[in-house]
Amino acid sequence: MNRVEKKKRRGRILSEIYAILIYSVLYIPVFVMMAFSFNDQRYNYYWVGFTTKWYGKMLTNTALINSLWYSIAIAILATVISVAIATLGAIGLQRYEFRSKKFVNNMLYIPIIVPEIVLAVAILVVFMTVGVHLGLGSILIGHCTFCIPYSVVTIKGRISGDNMSMEEASMDLGANRFQTFWRVTVPSIMPGIVSATFLSFTLSIDDVVMSNLLAGAKQSTLPVLILSMNKSGITPDVNALTTIMILFIVVAMILNNIIKGALKKRKTKEA
Amino acid sequence: MKEPIVRLINVDKVFGTNTVIKDMNLDIYKGEFLTLLGPSGCGKTTTLRMIAGFETTSAGTITVEDENIHDKEPYERDVNTVFQSYALFPHMTVFDNVAYGLTIKKVPKLEKKEKVMEMLLLVQLVGYEKRKPDELSGGQKQRVAIARALINNPKVLLLDEPLGALDLKLRKQMQVELKRLQKKLGITFIYVTHDQEEALTMSDRIAVINEGIIEQLSNPQDLYEHPETKFVAGFIGESNIFDGKVYEINGEELKIETNSGLCAAYGKNYIVGENVNIAVRPEHINYSKTPTEEVSLKGRIRDFTYVGNFVKTAVVMEDGKEIKISRFEMDNQLQEDDQLFINWNPTKAVVIRANEK
Amino acid sequence: MKNKMKRKGPVLAMAGPVSIWMILFVTLPMLFIIYISFMSRGTFGGVVYEFSTESYTTLLSTVYFKVIIKSLKVATLTTITCLVLGYPFAYFIARKPREVASKYITLIMIPFWTNSLMRLNAWLLLFQTSGPVNNFLVETGISSEPITFVYTDGLVALGLVTSMLPFAVLPMYSSIEKLNKSLLEASADLGANPKKTFKNITLPLTFPGIFSAIILTFIPSLGIYTVTDMLGGGKVLYIGNIIKNQFGVIRNWPLGSALSVLLIIITGLLIFVYTRFAKVDELEVV
Repeated sequence: MNRVEKKKRRGRILSEIYAILIYSVLYIPVFVMMAFSFNDQRYNYYWVGFTTKWYGKMLTNTALINSLWYSIAIAILATVISVAIATLGAIGLQRYEFRSKKFVNNMLYIPIIVPEIVLAVAILVVFMTVGVHLGLGSILIGHCTFCIPYSVVTIKGRISGDNMSMEEASMDLGANRFQTFWRVTVPSIMPGIVSATFLSFTLSIDDVVMSNLLAGAKQSTLPVLILSMNKSGITPDVNALTTIMILFIVVAMILNNIIKGALKKRKTKEA
Repeated sequence: MKEPIVRLINVDKVFGTNTVIKDMNLDIYKGEFLTLLGPSGCGKTTTLRMIAGFETTSAGTITVEDENIHDKEPYERDVNTVFQSYALFPHMTVFDNVAYGLTIKKVPKLEKKEKVMEMLLLVQLVGYEKRKPDELSGGQKQRVAIARALINNPKVLLLDEPLGALDLKLRKQMQVELKRLQKKLGITFIYVTHDQEEALTMSDRIAVINEGIIEQLSNPQDLYEHPETKFVAGFIGESNIFDGKVYEINGEELKIETNSGLCAAYGKNYIVGENVNIAVRPEHINYSKTPTEEVSLKGRIRDFTYVGNFVKTAVVMEDGKEIKISRFEMDNQLQEDDQLFINWNPTKAVVIRANEK
Repeated sequence: MKNKMKRKGPVLAMAGPVSIWMILFVTLPMLFIIYISFMSRGTFGGVVYEFSTESYTTLLSTVYFKVIIKSLKVATLTTITCLVLGYPFAYFIARKPREVASKYITLIMIPFWTNSLMRLNAWLLLFQTSGPVNNFLVETGISSEPITFVYTDGLVALGLVTSMLPFAVLPMYSSIEKLNKSLLEASADLGANPKKTFKNITLPLTFPGIFSAIILTFIPSLGIYTVTDMLGGGKVLYIGNIIKNQFGVIRNWPLGSALSVLLIIITGLLIFVYTRFAKVDELEVV
């Protein structure tokens, strides 16, 4: 090995160690969180002993389970509304020229950049002043207000000049605007729509700030419940639930990759 | 017999403050292969897009079979387009791409399949129907795009630089195929390109467009041999263009004074003192080492360029103007820096009025 | 003309909903809190609609001013730490082949699909007085007695950095990845050593990504209150906590609005600097 190769090798090893360190910092909290779901203690203060009982007991914690369903329901609704509005919006903003286009584009950046607390407070003040009842509706509006911009940006990234000429080709071949939208535009930006759906769901289900401020008195979402539990101590059944949720996501992702891989294989075989 | 199918009547197109098409009049005949030729940004693609319906005219009328199509959407027009970058639908198979027009019209399945296979046979793509566009080569994509556009039996097929993305060899092959296809089907083709060689090879007639104006509309041979404007002379093939003034008129024989010297050409209806351009093709320039005739211009050889099947000689005239001479073979008597006298047969020189555009 | 009318329809149908939503729930509320910030507070909370600059003078009083300065300091430190830790990491990933790199990126994202509060709580569990870290320190004799990490600025900082790191890495990764490798080769070819190449080529060309990273870490860490709530135990207060309190227990809307306006101004200034000096029209976010 010559001098240059040696130097390169040392650099590579060092950078790999560094990457592992960073990944550890990102993963430590996840694994610690998981570990404490097996802690045999009423509140998680320190490690006592191993148990799996929390995985059963969490099902009887009605406050926890209710907040989970509430969060999921809100996430689904917010995602459907946001992605629908954002898909139309992304195409409209990319495709057409109109007077307020620049203004709308700038407005879309506000929820992405300005701290969420500012927007949440602003919406809250308007709702209180107008007399909007706080609850599911207000939380949904809050969630959509940040899901829409993220979705628009995600989907817009997928629309290129190619889409424009594809739509022209479709109209040229006799399809009207409506047919073109469903047969050509939507399928061709499908990857963007899928990413936006995933992103919106993740943002909504993990949101604390909007849910906290716009919730009203009755039902709280899972993150808001966790935040309120923090004062008295978080019980290990929450760790158990969170562990199951992350495992669910990871398994879904792996399955998705396997299916994708299988489809690709079949396709290459056919061809 | 020459019956116009598409007519552009006093058409203007304005984008913002920029007029890209100025008062264009053009009749396109049934069954002909017409090419819109010009440099990029000349307005040729805009013209095509106005016929297709993707752009509206700012003024004037476009008719297809005597019907004004101004208020017709692209999907209501009986013309189809082959797009520059193919614009194939990436999420559909070759079959579904070609079938698209029929699917939209809700043609019964069996009839649709028959028609698609017929089209695939026409463009020699049978066996590829299950492939997706990204599994095809550039040439194959091109064929799919053509089949897709032809399946609706358009009255006119619009082609927007369809061969631009292909490599040279494939492009030449597709030029021949497209021309044959057009003859076979008898459909009117309106073809847009910036490649003059391609235009000359394929077209029945060529409209040379520059800055939104048709400079000349004629068949390829006329275009090459009798360019009517300085732009056409320079754009189609290679020309040596001299600026000059009519010095003497002798019947149809003109003597023209240029900065490089006095030269001869033929032309009608000129007057003495009129500003003109003379265009002479490089292959029509004669040379000798000593002044021969009455009319000969003096220059010095700058260099030789070997271009495969011919040799180009660059000669610098006394006023600094560089002209090109081309021959099939290298003349061994010539050397760089040699003094040279050039002249040409006046019948081979084309005189163009300078005040005309 | 018939044609023109027809073409207005699709624009309305497509851009209409998003425009209306943004105006109703972004433009309007933002304008409204700016307005509220110049009103007076009611005796029992809420707003009295009389012009007053009281909330802004309150902001300059020592208590609040100290919090603002402290928040800015912590946000700055968090941002610098994220940049310093994140850049080499982003560089490491960007130099991998594209397919491998996308796997590494997914690997960064996975922890973020775990509830963010539970991840913060894990740090608390790890660093509490009787937790694993203290046990280790005491047992190995590094420290004679458990150290109090819980509810300190230090732990809050750790929580902030680990929450923000991916938002620093992603934009920097995408601009390093875009960097044309032949430029680095050209620089080396012309006699620059790796250090000089980095300083003269890599750093300036990836500057837009760095600036995106600054905005995406600095601004959220300025406004976030969950980290302080979870790891500061109500003892550590930043701007975010103060704003939230004005709309909860304390009910001083004008003051909360004025603080929000302050955050908007800081955000606006950063974006202005970004578009001015990074010479980029749009922020790279997703």
